[in-house]
Amino acid sequence: MAKVVVITSGKGGVGKTTSTAALGAALAQSGQSVVVVDFDVGLRNLDLVMGAERRVVYDFINVTQGIAKLPQALIRDKRLHTLALLPASQTRDKDALTEEGVLRVITALRQMFDWVICDSPAGIERGATLAMRFADAAIIVTNPEVSSVRDSDRIIGLLDAKTVRAERGERVEKHLLITRYDQGRAARGEMLSINDVLEILATPLLGIVPESEEVLRASNLGSPITLNNPGSAPARAYLDAARRLMGEDIEMTIPSDKQGLLGKLFGRRAA
Amino acid sequence: MTSFVPPRQSTRFICRSYTAVVLAPQPPIIEWVADIDERIKDAGSFFVGPPVVLDLSAVTLSKSAIEHLVTELEQRGVRVMGIENVDPAQTGASLPPLLRSSRGASTDANAAGSPVRDARRGAATLLLDKPIRSGQSIFFPDGDVTVLGSVGSGAELVAGGSIHIYGTLRGRAMAGSHGNARARIFCSKIEAELLAIDGHYLTADLMDKGLRDRPVQAWLEGNAVRITTLD
Repeated sequence: MAKVVVITSGKGGVGKTTSTAALGAALAQSGQSVVVVDFDVGLRNLDLVMGAERRVVYDFINVTQGIAKLPQALIRDKRLHTLALLPASQTRDKDALTEEGVLRVITALRQMFDWVICDSPAGIERGATLAMRFADAAIIVTNPEVSSVRDSDRIIGLLDAKTVRAERGERVEKHLLITRYDQGRAARGEMLSINDVLEILATPLLGIVPESEEVLRASNLGSPITLNNPGSAPARAYLDAARRLMGEDIEMTIPSDKQGLLGKLFGRRAA
Repeated sequence: MTSFVPPRQSTRFICRSYTAVVLAPQPPIIEWVADIDERIKDAGSFFVGPPVVLDLSAVTLSKSAIEHLVTELEQRGVRVMGIENVDPAQTGASLPPLLRSSRGASTDANAAGSPVRDARRGAATLLLDKPIRSGQSIFFPDGDVTVLGSVGSGAELVAGGSIHIYGTLRGRAMAGSHGNARARIFCSKIEAELLAIDGHYLTADLMDKGLRDRPVQAWLEGNAVRITTLD
């Protein structure tokens, strides 16, 4: 039975698209069949981060409007044959999405994949509410700073009120993913601590992704970080998070790129 | 030639209840209006925007005086949706419609102190066993509200009676919203943006910094909201 997961945050720029690509690839790397769906109609980015921007022919809106068939719009990843992308339209806006159209596409994707990962646009308007509408689970991406945390709190409220599951009286499984975490700055009190964030949001933690240049490097190369540099700290955080999402019990750590004393003496970073 | 006229759907009348802010002017009116100006300055836009009901039980005004008062309020951004506790002869088409409140004048000292009323108040409690998230708004004019989780920054809790929060209060809590000066606010940790009891406000700026993160209660002493720790 397929699982529909929405990656959401309320606030923009916290790492939803990066996390969608990284987690989608991580799940596919462990043999699951995965589709990542870009709901950011008009401002699509996921195709770039996935390195598929030159292969887009049809998009999500074309499928909802019956102009293209779903298999025509899906783009298979060249590196991972179990990973696929459904790109958003860049020329339309969020009003082009309809609830019936989204339901039809999600229902069809459920038949074809183990995981349907929906990359939500920022905000709480139509695009974001339709991205979460049919989700079984949600990953709330939060940066450890007050505005991001408050927006996440708002989104959690919406997940408990505006999803089909919530309206049926069922629970939407919720996971918190803290990204851009800088241990040094948190220790100096320049950033909210993990405990502060968890206390405010009262939602179970899926993973902590450290701030790293590797993330930007992977985005620019059009490769999910978990594929581009699986040994890097953020990639290890995402790989662990994906295993927790699959129900494995893994100790929570904050991976680090810091080299040990021997590494400093003898080694260069393997990248 | 015959034409087919589709049967007209019968008109339906729907009754709905809404919560509104009630303003009860006290004599002398000029000072009361000045006080409202002061409140708008302190509390920002709390009653600017949402519809307001004017309770005229404490004053005796002629029709033209009521019209003048409504205009004065409108100039301050306060929109009057209805008037209550006024002689119907003093109202008319030029004024907002006359409302009949089921609970009577809330500022009436005798009614507020009557045991029957208190017993009924005590019976109604709203229990919320989940955190109140940012952007959520809870209105419970009938009595106390108890929250087992936290109240998020940007969330709003309005209760006719007292408010009990067993988590952290980060948003706004307004107790005694229907004229109950005896209502209190309790929380196990305070980081509130705003506290209000019976229309008297205290914003985060005015709260003692030493109280932050501590378990406290807030109550009304005269016209001032007081806060003390519970530990």
